[in-house]
Amino acid sequence: MVTGQFAKKLGAGFAALLTMAPAMAVAQEVPQGHPMAGQVHLQESVTPIMDSIVAFHNGPLMWTISLIVLFVLALLVIVILRFNAKSNPVPARFTHNTLVEVIWTVVPIVVLIIIAIPSFGVLSDQLTVPDGQRKYLGSNIFSFGEVEVPAPELTVKVSGEQWYWNYEYVDEGVAFDSNILNDEQRPQIKPNQPRLLAVDNELVVPVDTTVRVQVTSSPSGVIHAFAVPSFGIKIDAVPGRLNETWFNARETGIYYGQCSELCGKDHAFMPIAVRVVTAEEYQAFIGAFKESRDYQAAAATLPALN
Amino acid sequence: MTDTAHLEAHATGHDAHAHHEPTGWRRWLYSTNHKDIGIMYLVFAIVTGIIGGLLSGVMRMELQEPGIQIFHGLAAMVYGVEGAAALDAGKQLYNVFTTAHALIMVFFVVMPATMGGFANYFAPLMIGAPDTAFPRINNIAFWLLPPAFILLLMSLFFEGTAGTTGFGGGWTIYPPLATTGHPGPSLDFVILSLHIAGVSSILGAINLITTILNMRAPGMTLHKMPLFAWSVLVTAFLLLLALPVLAGAITMLLTDRNFGTSFFKPEEGGDPILFQHLFWFFGHPEVYIMILPGFGMISHIVATFSRKPVFGYMAMAYAMVAIGFVGFVVWAHHMYTTGLSLDVQRYFVAATMVIAVPTGVKIFSWIATMWGGSITFRTPILWAIGFIFLFTVGGVTGVVLANAGADRALHDTYYVVAHFHYVLSLGAVFSIFAGWYYWYPKIFGYMYSEFLGKLHFWTMFIGVNLIFFPQHFLGLSGMPRRYIDYPDAFALWNRVSSVGYYITFVAMVIFFYATWEASRKKRPAGDNPWGEGATTLEWTLSSPPPFHQFTTLPKIDSTNAH
Repeated sequence: MVTGQFAKKLGAGFAALLTMAPAMAVAQEVPQGHPMAGQVHLQESVTPIMDSIVAFHNGPLMWTISLIVLFVLALLVIVILRFNAKSNPVPARFTHNTLVEVIWTVVPIVVLIIIAIPSFGVLSDQLTVPDGQRKYLGSNIFSFGEVEVPAPELTVKVSGEQWYWNYEYVDEGVAFDSNILNDEQRPQIKPNQPRLLAVDNELVVPVDTTVRVQVTSSPSGVIHAFAVPSFGIKIDAVPGRLNETWFNARETGIYYGQCSELCGKDHAFMPIAVRVVTAEEYQAFIGAFKESRDYQAAAATLPALN
Repeated sequence: MTDTAHLEAHATGHDAHAHHEPTGWRRWLYSTNHKDIGIMYLVFAIVTGIIGGLLSGVMRMELQEPGIQIFHGLAAMVYGVEGAAALDAGKQLYNVFTTAHALIMVFFVVMPATMGGFANYFAPLMIGAPDTAFPRINNIAFWLLPPAFILLLMSLFFEGTAGTTGFGGGWTIYPPLATTGHPGPSLDFVILSLHIAGVSSILGAINLITTILNMRAPGMTLHKMPLFAWSVLVTAFLLLLALPVLAGAITMLLTDRNFGTSFFKPEEGGDPILFQHLFWFFGHPEVYIMILPGFGMISHIVATFSRKPVFGYMAMAYAMVAIGFVGFVVWAHHMYTTGLSLDVQRYFVAATMVIAVPTGVKIFSWIATMWGGSITFRTPILWAIGFIFLFTVGGVTGVVLANAGADRALHDTYYVVAHFHYVLSLGAVFSIFAGWYYWYPKIFGYMYSEFLGKLHFWTMFIGVNLIFFPQHFLGLSGMPRRYIDYPDAFALWNRVSSVGYYITFVAMVIFFYATWEASRKKRPAGDNPWGEGATTLEWTLSSPPPFHQFTTLPKIDSTNAH
């Protein structure tokens, strides 16, 4: 569906059409938690929030904007073919047409209202931390909410540093730093993880669990932004402020994001990696972490990453 | 309508010519003549445009392949460091380049070209005024710009972060990256540069507002005024209201940096988000400041070459007023990820979407102007049609981004870069080139080569689309902005984008050659090379117009002046 809509937009006269084939192949694969080569669409979703963003973007938004662009293009083509000096040597003199003017004012308003309905729903879901009662939209963005999401069981405090992330399991009182693996380290430690995304220490969270994320930045630092595309979250890490977001991932795996607010020279080199594991694995991990207060020792309880 | 005015303008114009026209450097340095000042603005914008365009070229070369190819070597040359130190300095230098590219393009290319060049030159002509209201203010407004630009260039050579020069915190100059993040004096130069450029713009705005409100020819009511003059009037009000807020914000930043205040310092009770509110209260109107004069130009070009009056004149004029007004109440849609509350985000979503309505009115009215027309496809209308299409593409992605729910995925990604380059680099810049080819014969008295003009258009059309369309894909798949290096998955579209830059570069070479060729061949343009479709007053004058025009004011009768 995604690529079909893109093809429409591309059909509007752009040069990139030829390269669609690999992207369409990519769309069929399982969630990877990171972008694929030549990708043209949003990253695969593993949360109800990203489900709604994908449905909203690929549905009402892409349809509307593709049709508008095609409509304007069609009008321009007609104008060029029919109203050139050869075909139409004597120009008309009309300057008004009330009916047409009313239509092109009212129709966009109606279209915008149709967009606004799911838009407000998607937005409200994002900014409302689950209480266990509230239902979330998920993929069905024109519903009143049908996805149940449990209240948060876990709070992680994320702090942006120059230039790495610090994660704290607030309830457990343990924290660790997460740094990028550079080109010397990565081939030795995690050769199968993507360049510029692989980190030494991933944030480990359990699957199917609502995680409350508190995001801030080092008090003497600068603004960063914590983002994980597959989760549909992005929120600024601002010194002196505690921002909040949440996610509930339904698939295990590693989900990557990148700092999304310019923060200085290594802005491109402080990736975010969230490792979603089973509840049992998480219990073993967090138990070991609390006991040893050593991330590496705790991570050793998880299946090895390569 | 103005046949007599035409003759009188000639006669009196030549008379004035004999007595007052200064020559040599005095003509330009001391100039109080709106047309000469307009030309100086255009030349200034071309010079700065070359610099701004080359900066982006280095960035595209860097981004052509994954990894760091260019900037560590550049840093090694500039700072004489090697290895890891060169790499670190190179990363910072990349940020300095993106920052300088943006600041130059916004404040020293687009604004001088539209509100400086075309507005100064043609707004008085179109309203039948002999000059602007405050010719000496006009002079100082222009001559403040070169020192402002020199200050910006100087900022590149003063310390920003420890051991590197230049400010690399983005054109948005958010603290704390712009305070504690760049302790060196570089940003102070940027702030002074923006202050002076701002004073220049405010003076220019006051001059244009006064001129348009007071010096219209007899019979030219506001509702008979050409749409370009309307666009300039609206834009001048936006400048007048928005720039003081920027001035306040950057002054607070300056005192935070140097005089111990703590407006934006969280550790002393300040709030960095306050700066973002102030910046975008200026910054959002600023994007309309860059595009509105283009709207005005496109209306005239479309009407001229369709040989048909503008469709829906009143709606066109008030759509610009509406866009200008609503433009002041949507600023926080640039800040959806800062942690704004749900209600605030809802408001800014709704307010932002409203802008799509008057913008749609404009797009459809341009098409309706051409509908039923008898179009000759000279170079200016190619640029105008290109503008309409590309601005539509940039506009609809703006509707996507207006939705905070969708912006969550796209904020600070290349989707945003694609969006604002479609409305500015393809929108505003296409309108500038449309205006350039439309008015080149009027300003210089010679015709450009149609072949070269069209070659320029097609090369540039292909080039810029190749640069920016794939950036939508990069943004959707998650590539953040302002990155010197990216995961390998983003390699394909980055390479396509860089190839687009080289094609655009060729287009710019064609532009300079076309300009040189036109000045060389000296094909006389005549008073009105465009025929009956060109109805505004500047076409009643000689090409180039006399040094002082309309010494006897033209009278506008009841037929439409637009």
